[in-house]
Amino acid sequence: MLGWFDANLVSILNGFAIGSLLFILAIGLSIVFGMMDVLNLAHGALYLLGSYLAVSFVGGTSSWGGFLVALGVAALVGLLAGGGLSAMTEPLARRPILDQALLTLGVSLVVAELLSIAYGNDVLSIAPPPGLDGSTSVAGNAYPTYRLALIGLGLVLAVAVYLVVERTSVGALVRASVADRDMVSAMGIDNRKVKIAVLGIGSMLATVAGVLGGPVYGARPGLDGTILILALVVVVIGGLGSVTGALIGALVIGQVESLGRALLPDLASFILFGTLAVVLVVRPRGLFGPKTLAGVR
Amino acid sequence: MTATEKTIAVADPVTGPTGGRRSGGVLRLLPAVVVLVLLALVPFVVDPFGTSTLSRVLVFALFACSLDLLVGITGLPSLGHAAYFGVGAYTAGLVSIHVTAEAPVPVLAGMVAGGLAAATTGWLAVRNNGVFFLMLTLAIGELVFQLAQSASSVTGGSNGLFGIPAVRIAGEPLTLPGYVYWYVLAVAALGFAGLWTISRSPVGAVLRGIRDNEPRMRSVGYSPFRYKLAAFVLAGAFAGLAGGLFAAQVRLVTPSEVGFELGALALLAVILGGAGSLWGPVLGAAVVVLVRDGLGPSLDGHGPLVLGIVFVLAVYLLPRGFAGLAGFGRLTARTARR
Repeated sequence: MLGWFDANLVSILNGFAIGSLLFILAIGLSIVFGMMDVLNLAHGALYLLGSYLAVSFVGGTSSWGGFLVALGVAALVGLLAGGGLSAMTEPLARRPILDQALLTLGVSLVVAELLSIAYGNDVLSIAPPPGLDGSTSVAGNAYPTYRLALIGLGLVLAVAVYLVVERTSVGALVRASVADRDMVSAMGIDNRKVKIAVLGIGSMLATVAGVLGGPVYGARPGLDGTILILALVVVVIGGLGSVTGALIGALVIGQVESLGRALLPDLASFILFGTLAVVLVVRPRGLFGPKTLAGVR
Repeated sequence: MTATEKTIAVADPVTGPTGGRRSGGVLRLLPAVVVLVLLALVPFVVDPFGTSTLSRVLVFALFACSLDLLVGITGLPSLGHAAYFGVGAYTAGLVSIHVTAEAPVPVLAGMVAGGLAAATTGWLAVRNNGVFFLMLTLAIGELVFQLAQSASSVTGGSNGLFGIPAVRIAGEPLTLPGYVYWYVLAVAALGFAGLWTISRSPVGAVLRGIRDNEPRMRSVGYSPFRYKLAAFVLAGAFAGLAGGLFAAQVRLVTPSEVGFELGALALLAVILGGAGSLWGPVLGAAVVVLVRDGLGPSLDGHGPLVLGIVFVLAVYLLPRGFAGLAGFGRLTARTARR
């Protein structure tokens, strides 16, 4: 048992690193849909935008300055993009949810194509910041320090998000909006402002995740689709609008993607689908999903 | 004009072709026959490049129509429908290479494989509605895409499945674009007829009922799950048929035929044309293929950029697609006459 654990330690750690990244992505997607009924299919494209920003500001040379600037710019761009998406979906508020999802799908096609025009079709890599670009010995295995830092950051973020959602008045607003948006607006809270804020923060999490994931995944066309799918699977497994669900889903899918691929390389796609199928058969609304969803009909 | 007739005519643009009850069934078939004859004459008039472009339009149109059976008629928006197109294309290609390229065998194999693939994944997807369904089909489609890329011993991986022999009819290989076009036209016409029959049948009416009010259909005694699964499997089978035609026409199948982008483009064709009407998505498919293949090269391969913009505009400006425009025209004409 211990031998098996030792042999697969790197895969398990990779799984946690992927899980951290997926959590940051999925929490944005989940809260935006849970609160605002907007399925943001541009989430993957926003992630890719963040990665390409990291390419511009960091690129191959490792520097803290470039990395922090990339994070700041990505956060700002994400906020603005979220505001833009919010303004674009506003005229469709009375139309079926599907129309808003399709709109974001169109936006994601445009963004991904513009990025491939600007940066070409090659796989670009991003250097981790100095001090994190080496490797650390974990129980005798050399492991990239940056990924360890990513795992730590994911844990910190998970705790922070949990505290904000469960212990603050903003969090109470979030939980109330997931449960019953109409009632929240009847209590005198301007729905449109909440929507702008939620989409802004959700999109910011996606672009920031793009910068953070850059040193692991690099940046290439088509990455947006892969990332979007993984984040969607996490959200479906975890349940829409649930922080705990996003965390558990991200950890499960992180391990499936890493440990599953390492142990059963030929069946990787099947394991991912199998996990999804098993969870949905047992819990059709996800592990921590609400009993009923106003928007899902 | 009686009152009932008027309500049917007014409701028509919303529900799509429900007009089976109207008189003049033969007359209504006339436009289809005229279009078919005109399409059959195309190879005599148009150069080989135009002919093969039109073949691609027909294949993609059949694919978009199969998706419309889900999106427009059953009300299940799928983003992963390309999976079944791809399964059909790979199956038809493999059958052509390893078994026989004799005319209907590869496309029928593709159709069966598409239906089977839809059955094995659909039971999970149709348990959910709306956006959940969208997410699930997206995930399923992506997983099939990854499978096509990783199972390189069967599918050729990212290089694609090449060396697919030309289709044979009575032992004679079809090599000229004109003959291939006629083959594609014949099979696609049968496919359209099949989808049209399903949409006009009692089953089609039940599917529309589920789309409009599922709880009521359940209380009347229909099982929405079974009907939705049936629609999903049928749509997968016709997508597989379109995939089989694709393999016969292009004779190269790559993982991008299974990918997210093709599924998104098919959904765009349906939305652009008008979900629920079968002719709308055909027009939408023509626009999509012409933009992608006609404008794409001049834009340095960035056709998706234009399609993305078209997508955004279509959502805002054409809530019911081209079919909605036509319905609007009919509606205003009627009001004017009154």
